[in-house]
Amino acid sequence: MSLLEIRNLGIHFHTENGVVEAVKGISIKLEKGETLAIVGESGSGKSVTGLALTRLLPEPPARYVSGEILLDGRDVLKMKGDELRKLRGKRIAYVFQEPSTSLNPVFTIRSQIAEALKLHRPEVKDLDAEIIKCLDLVGITNPAQRLHDYPHQLSGGMQQRVMIAMALACQPDLLVADEPTTALDVTIQAQIMDQFRDLRSKLHMAVILITHNFGIISNFADKVAVMFRGKIVEYGPTAEVLRNPQHAYTKALIQCIPRLGARQHRLVTIDHAALEAAS
Amino acid sequence: MIAYIIRRLLYVLPIVFGVMLITFILFFVMQTRETMAKAQLGPRAKPAEVKNWLHERGYDKPVVINAAWADPAYHHTDQPWWDSIFINQMKNFATFELGESDFNREPIGEKIKSGMVPSLMITVPAMFVGLFLAVALALVQVLYRASALDTGMTVACAVLMSIVPMAYIISAQNLMAITLKWLPAFGFDLQGWGTIRFLMLPVSVMAVIYLGSDVRLYRSIFLEEIAQDYVRTAQAKGVSGRGVLFKHVLKNGAISLITLVVAHLPLLIMGSLLIENFFGIPGLGGLVVNAIQKQDFAIVRAAVFIGSLLYLFGLLLTDICYAVADPRIRLS
Repeated sequence: MSLLEIRNLGIHFHTENGVVEAVKGISIKLEKGETLAIVGESGSGKSVTGLALTRLLPEPPARYVSGEILLDGRDVLKMKGDELRKLRGKRIAYVFQEPSTSLNPVFTIRSQIAEALKLHRPEVKDLDAEIIKCLDLVGITNPAQRLHDYPHQLSGGMQQRVMIAMALACQPDLLVADEPTTALDVTIQAQIMDQFRDLRSKLHMAVILITHNFGIISNFADKVAVMFRGKIVEYGPTAEVLRNPQHAYTKALIQCIPRLGARQHRLVTIDHAALEAAS
Repeated sequence: MIAYIIRRLLYVLPIVFGVMLITFILFFVMQTRETMAKAQLGPRAKPAEVKNWLHERGYDKPVVINAAWADPAYHHTDQPWWDSIFINQMKNFATFELGESDFNREPIGEKIKSGMVPSLMITVPAMFVGLFLAVALALVQVLYRASALDTGMTVACAVLMSIVPMAYIISAQNLMAITLKWLPAFGFDLQGWGTIRFLMLPVSVMAVIYLGSDVRLYRSIFLEEIAQDYVRTAQAKGVSGRGVLFKHVLKNGAISLITLVVAHLPLLIMGSLLIENFFGIPGLGGLVVNAIQKQDFAIVRAAVFIGSLLYLFGLLLTDICYAVADPRIRLS
């Protein structure tokens, strides 16, 4: 049995201006320890898919119109509130895009990580020691001195490490990283990606990396799903998709990656009208 | 933090000085001293009586500075330059000597003390009851947002806001005092626990008057917080809806709440004139309005002095509350 299997998932948003079809029947399979990248532009439905895995989308306006999300064969969409809360953080944990706003500004790092531990690992007696272990794991120096810091006392890269430590504290089977490096500068981006790579092999967890950046997935993800307008337009092993993209949108996306030393005066952009006509 | 508080306390001196200076100048610009005296002695008072009245109260001196002192022609005068109404008064205020009423020479300290007790007994509980109710109702609305309950409560708030304060007062008196005869409709008497009987109606009416608008306001504050990223993070950790609301949202929302509570401070100190009038409560609000009508400058300036002091302490307390609620704020 796969760790995660999404079958024909459809999500609509009911807004005042009508119904928005955000996700239109996508199917994904993920094994234990595997890494999947979901790539696409803003509004393609990739983040919505990520949040849907534990039903984090506010309902309403969101509505799950079709399909199922099977985690170890059990449908998340049929779960009730209590079951869902046991899932969140414990089996599937999240790292979000903007660490400076994703951490609660008025609580210390310790209390924010401790909250997750108390919920999912009540057997942990020495909270401080466990939290220090987590912070150490994600490469925070002097973690013991950082415990009582507030988020605003840390740099962006440090804040994202705290987010990762918080996600890992309960040893999840699946980590959903939703644009984890978009808000960080390029050198920190590389450090954080290295950190993910390192932790993934240490903790044997599956990772779903949601990104609009083809550049960071090539030597990170086993599989890639390219999303466009709520549909998966291309799905396969990363190396294959990168080498031999089939869909026009994937080709366009790959062409958009600026290449070092390439003679080019203008960056390539995506012609949406042409893609629309083609699909 | 201690250094900050000491510095803020020192700021109180120049601010109160400025407030008092403006009060003095305004009062004497608005009218001549003779009209002030005649307002109390009657329009047919003889010039000698007026002169005597002014002299008794020290109002025959210059307002701010005795400028005559600098004039060589008057240099023989035994009055130094600081012998003015303003400076004499400020010297008294510096030792919290509030003086006597211009009208009937009663000690003002006693008057203010006896007025402040009933005023604070109404406004402080009313503020806390109102704040607690409004926050609780707003949190309920946010917890069940976009439901029929939320809509119903919003409509109820709009209704509460649309009713004139007077209607609350009169209908509460009518129901509780006249029809049910449970509580006195009017009056105030300090008699230990028995005082509560006189406080119930005015306190609850005052809390309800602001309830509608406060709930609407707090609801929007909490709704704004609930849309923040950290709420999604907490949910993704597996925190329950209530946990998110009462822990994460409430503490962040409290920072905005403090600002709104400060807006109620002046009301708290000076009493609510409307409530005091209709419930016959001998509070500060009535005292000051009466003094203004009678042109009793001694009471007005003492009330302004006490009021500005308390207001400044209130603001300092607010800043300390901010620092306690929000770790990003450092008092230095």
